[in-house]
Amino acid sequence: MTRSTPMAARRAWRAAAACVCTLGLALLAACAPSRDTRTTITFWAMGREGEVVAELLPEFERRHPDIRVRLQQLPWTAVHEKLLTAFAGDALPDVGQLGNSWVAEFAALDALEPLDARVAASSVVARDDYFPGIWDTNVIDGATLGVPWYVDTRLVFYRKDLLAEAGFDSPPRDWDEWRRAMAAVKQLGGAKNYAILLPLDEFGPLLSLAIQKDAPLLKDDDTRGNFSSADFRDSFDFYTGMFASEWAPRMSDTQISNVWNEFSRGFFAFYINGPWNIGEFQRRLPADFQDKWTTMPLPGPDGAGASVAGGTSLVVFRQSDKQDAAWKLIEYFAEPAVQLRFHELTGDLPPRRSVWSDPQLADDRHAAAFREQLERVKPTPKVAEWERIVIEMQRAAERVARGGADPAKTLAALDREVDAILEKRRWILEHRKEAAP
Amino acid sequence: MSPNRAAWLFVTPALAVIGVFFLLPVLAAFALSLTDFDLYALADRDNLRFVGLGNYLDLLRTPMFWQSLGNTFYFVLVGVPLSIAVSLAAALLLDSKLARFKGFFRTALFAPVVTTIVAVAVIWRYFFHTRYGLVNYTLDLVGIPPIDWLGSADWSMPTIILFAVWKNFGYNMIILLAGLQAIPHDLYEAARIDGASFWKQLRHITLPMLKPTMLLVAIITTSGYFQLFAEPYVMTRGGPLQSTTSVLYFMFEEGFKWWNLGRASAVAFLLFALILGVTALMLRLGRRGEQP
Repeated sequence: MTRSTPMAARRAWRAAAACVCTLGLALLAACAPSRDTRTTITFWAMGREGEVVAELLPEFERRHPDIRVRLQQLPWTAVHEKLLTAFAGDALPDVGQLGNSWVAEFAALDALEPLDARVAASSVVARDDYFPGIWDTNVIDGATLGVPWYVDTRLVFYRKDLLAEAGFDSPPRDWDEWRRAMAAVKQLGGAKNYAILLPLDEFGPLLSLAIQKDAPLLKDDDTRGNFSSADFRDSFDFYTGMFASEWAPRMSDTQISNVWNEFSRGFFAFYINGPWNIGEFQRRLPADFQDKWTTMPLPGPDGAGASVAGGTSLVVFRQSDKQDAAWKLIEYFAEPAVQLRFHELTGDLPPRRSVWSDPQLADDRHAAAFREQLERVKPTPKVAEWERIVIEMQRAAERVARGGADPAKTLAALDREVDAILEKRRWILEHRKEAAP
Repeated sequence: MSPNRAAWLFVTPALAVIGVFFLLPVLAAFALSLTDFDLYALADRDNLRFVGLGNYLDLLRTPMFWQSLGNTFYFVLVGVPLSIAVSLAAALLLDSKLARFKGFFRTALFAPVVTTIVAVAVIWRYFFHTRYGLVNYTLDLVGIPPIDWLGSADWSMPTIILFAVWKNFGYNMIILLAGLQAIPHDLYEAARIDGASFWKQLRHITLPMLKPTMLLVAIITTSGYFQLFAEPYVMTRGGPLQSTTSVLYFMFEEGFKWWNLGRASAVAFLLFALILGVTALMLRLGRRGEQP
C-alpha cells in the first residue's frame, strides 16, 4: 500500500469517489418508486380462492386509495405447516383465510385478534344474517375470532343418468336406500367401475357420516377420544363396508389423476365433496354432460342427515400493526354484492342468508341441496389437536378398508392414540383449574 | 508467537462459524428433545415441561416409529445395492472403449440428478398410473395384469425405490467413472494377454482396484438413503397405509405438521445415532479387508 505513488493513489481515490457517486445515484433511483405512502397489508389466501380473489382486489384498492393489498397464494396441501411455521417465525400476514376447523388451534396459540367490538360497530358485517352453525365455529370461549368468508359442507354429487339407469328416479334419502342404490349402480357398471369415490386419504366423507350420529367424537370435556362408541362404529362400518362390497375403489387422492374426467366416464356415480366442485364440474366438463349430474343432501342413518359445518373464515392476526386496514378488507369481502361476485368466480357458497335470496343462487339447481344441507350443519370439536385427530381417524379407516384390519381393535387403538394426543390438553386444563381459585 | 498459537488463531474463525451454526443448534436440539415443546409451549412458555428421556422412551413404544424404521431399512437394504449396481453398470458402459458419443451419454445419464424432483414426480405418477400408466400398458402387452403401483402397500415401496435409484444413480456413476479411469490400463493388457474374460477382469482387476471408491460411494449412498424424504413426500405423502413413511418423513410430520418439536428432535437424534452406527460399521468392515 505505502509503495503506491501519489499519482496512483489519486487515481484510486477518484475511482472510489466515482463508485460512491454511482452507488448513491442507484440508491436514489431505488428509493424513488417506494415513496408510496399507502398502507400495505399482506393477505394470505389458499387454493382456488387464492387464484380468483385477485380479481376482487382492484375494486377494493379503488375504494380505499390509501391501502394496498399484497396477496400471497398458498396451496391447500401446505397451508397448515406454513401457517404454524409463520407463527413460530413471527411472519404471519395481517389478514388471512383460515379453515374454520383451525380457529381453535390458532386461538390456543393466541394468534388471532378478537373481533367482537369491530363486528358490533360494523354496518356491513351483520351477525344475524349469517348461518348460526357457521358463525359458531368462529367463536371460541365466547370470543369471535373470525368472520365466515364462504361455507363448505359435504354432500353428494351424483350421476342422475346412471342412477336412473339403475332404476332409481329420486336420490336416496337414508343409508339403506343409499346402500341399495350403490349396489345397483355397481351391478350396472361391472368390475372396472364403481358406485362411489371415497379417496382413502380424505377424512371429509367419513367425518360427515360420523357427525350425523348423536354421540360426540370426543368425550370428557373434549379430552379423550370417543371412537369406540356404538354410534361411531355404525358410521365406520357403513364407510368401510362400501370398500368391502367393492362399491368404492381402494384409492388415494394421489392415484386419481383427474376426478372430473373419471366422473364423466362413469368410473363412479357418487362423490362426497364440497361446494367448490360445483364450479369445477361446470367448468371442466363438456356442455352436453351438464344435465347428467347434480347434487343431493347427504343421506342420514334414518332420513335426511346432518353434515360438517366447514368453510373458511377471514381472520386478523394479532401481531399485525395494520388491523384497521385489515378489517376494512374483511368488511369488503363481507358485502353481499362482493360475496355474490365471489360465488360467481369460485362456486363457493356464501355464509349470509341475504345473499342466498338473490335469484342467481336461489335458482341454481346444484346449490339448492347445499342450501338445504346448511340448515343441518354441526361443528367439529373445537380443540387445537383436531386436525391431527381427524387424520388419525382416517388412517384407522384406511387400515380397515385397505388393509383388512379388525374394526373393534383398530378403533380401540385409535382411542388410545387420541388420548395420547390430548394428554397435553388434559394437563393444561387441570393446570388451569388449579391456578384458578 | 509460537506456531501452535498461530495455528489456533488461523482456525478460530472457522471454529467459531462451526460452533455457532452447527454445534450450538445441535446442542439446542438435544435440549429440545428432553422437553415436550409443542404448540402450547410456543404460545406460552409456562406450558413447557421437562420430560427427560420421556420422548425417547415414548418413541420406542410408538408403533408408527417402528413402522417408519422398518420402511427405511427396507429402502436402504434394497435401494443402496441396487443403486450402486446400476451406477457401476452405467460407469462401465461409459468407460468402455466401444462406447461412442460418451459426452452425450454422460450428460444424459447424469440429467436425472439435476432435475427438479417435484416436476419429475408428476411424470412418474403418470408412468405408474394403474389405469393409464405406460408401465402397466407395457405389462399388459405381454399379458401381465395391471399392478396398483402406488396404491398397494406391497408395491409402493418398490416403486419409490425405482424412482430414487433412477433419480440418484448418475451421481455415483460420475464418481465411479473417475475411479475406473484411474485404473492403469497395463493391468487389463496383462490380463488380456493371459486370456482373462471380461467377467474375470471385472472380478480380479476392476472391483479390487475400485474398492476405496466403492467404500466412499457406499457410505455416502447409505447415509443419504437413510434420510429418505422427498420421494415419498411428492409421490405418496407417506401412504398407502404408511408403507412409504420413512423415519425422516415421520419426523417432518411430528415437527412441522404438528409442531411437536420435542418429539421430532428425539427422532432426529435416534436417526443420527443409527446412521452413525451403520456408517462406522461399514468403515470398519471396509478397513478390515485392507490387511491381508
